Amino acid sequence: MGNWDPLGLTRRGFIKASSTLWVAATLPQKIWAATLRPAAAFQTTTLEATFEALGSVPKFSDAILFSTPDIAENGAVVPVKIEVDAAALPGVSKLYVIVEKNPNPVAAVFEVPPSAQPYAETRVKVAQTGKLYAVAEVDGQLFMTEKETKVTLGGCGG
Amino acid sequence: MSKGFFSGLLATLVGLWSFTAISETDGVFDEYRELMGDDNPAIFVIYDGEEIWFTPAGPKSVSLAQCDLGLGPGVVEGAYAQLPRYFSDAQRVQDIEARLEYCMTHLQGRSPDKVRANAYSQRGELGTELEALVAWIADQSSGLTIAPAQAHAKERSAYTLGESLFYYRAGPHDFSCATCHEQTGRRIRLQALPNLTTHQGAAAAYSTWPAYRVSQGIVRTMGWRMRDCMRQQRMPELIMGSEASVALQTYLSVNGAGGSMAAPGLKR
Amino acid sequence: MASRIRIRAQLKDDYCEVKALMRHPMETGLRKDQSGAAIPANFIEDVQVVHNDAVVMQAYWGAAVSANPFLGVRFKGGAQGDVVKIIWRDNQGDSGSGETTIR
Repeated sequence: MGNWDPLGLTRRGFIKASSTLWVAATLPQKIWAATLRPAAAFQTTTLEATFEALGSVPKFSDAILFSTPDIAENGAVVPVKIEVDAAALPGVSKLYVIVEKNPNPVAAVFEVPPSAQPYAETRVKVAQTGKLYAVAEVDGQLFMTEKETKVTLGGCGG
Repeated sequence: MSKGFFSGLLATLVGLWSFTAISETDGVFDEYRELMGDDNPAIFVIYDGEEIWFTPAGPKSVSLAQCDLGLGPGVVEGAYAQLPRYFSDAQRVQDIEARLEYCMTHLQGRSPDKVRANAYSQRGELGTELEALVAWIADQSSGLTIAPAQAHAKERSAYTLGESLFYYRAGPHDFSCATCHEQTGRRIRLQALPNLTTHQGAAAAYSTWPAYRVSQGIVRTMGWRMRDCMRQQRMPELIMGSEASVALQTYLSVNGAGGSMAAPGLKR
Repeated sequence: MASRIRIRAQLKDDYCEVKALMRHPMETGLRKDQSGAAIPANFIEDVQVVHNDAVVMQAYWGAAVSANPFLGVRFKGGAQGDVVKIIWRDNQGDSGSGETTIR
């Protein structure tokens, strides 16, 4: 047991898994080349700089439904869900999850092709109590909804 | 009669008070837990545990497939729900961790000191072999009734010892487990504190460990939970699989007997 | 080792709902281990959801996405039995993929 290395085991397992999926994985390799990570937006350290990197300060929009908990038991895993009312705000091409007080506010970006619904769900780390923003991009214009999530420190936590 | 009436009245009042307290806190949690959904990353750890169980290891290069968890060699389904129990080969009451240590040392020929030293993930680690095995074994009892054996004298004395340890006040803060866990409707910050002296509280707690701890990103075991409670009480470190650790878990499982296993759980 | 990704794809009224759980530590680079040494940043940067050879969602993540990340997306045009695949890559060059059929 002393020699057991969870990371090593995971890696070995991955090699096994990847070999079985190798043929199927060749197609998406091509798709990778066409994508571009918005690296600059992920490196900003303030909300102001983040909006600057995205191009403008988004306008508030009621068409973006943003679910986050009012109070999170722990900032390590805060569920977030963005759903845009496509009738009220059609043509969304990107969704952003931004956490105001994180070291780097941009947590996630979702590119939404026409075949997808403007919907994304994930879980993010929230460093401290503050605002979370869901931003939707339509033809280069930005819209947003904000929500405050309080982050508590855990107790004993049974 | 009046004594009965008064204690009944008191119970009703306490009941009402605790109901309010619980509903207030749980309202907050409900929203959070609803958003969390039922996707528990413990599933990956369960897969790992199953693979580890069947993989030869140790100086003897044998797997744990012949390990007897109480229902016969190699029987895993339902075994967790009936632990801790007395094992005649070891001549002592064992919880899942003590039993796995026994199988690792006796079947696989590994050093007990090493097994214990690597039992629980340290900071920055992504899970240990023991945590994975316990996750898988507990999952194999999911939905089954908590039914620890109490027929053997040593099983009953483990319960009695566990009960005394639960109420034993010590350490620089003069603390005991009971300080936090013998009242209903209390919490620390936002964490509801189960009343472990009641069936309901003990069943809710016991049935949901091992658990994926979202704050740590790994699965923690009931033995670790006991050890961490001791640490928070500023007590000496509780040794994995020790008589004290097994006794405390016996106290909880017997109090929670009849409840339904729902582990690995999902915790803050 | 068992799979590093778990995917469910279910047909709803007019869309297919995909939910996935990936196994990844999502290290920020800001944490320290027991000995005090910094744990290097290690997080998934790109995730693609592919249906019938078409990308139906492209996600870019930072280190702020939680450990063992969860992804939920919805796309149109799926049918029962279709294959949905998810591929991820992390900042250290590791990658993983998995697939399921739509229920």
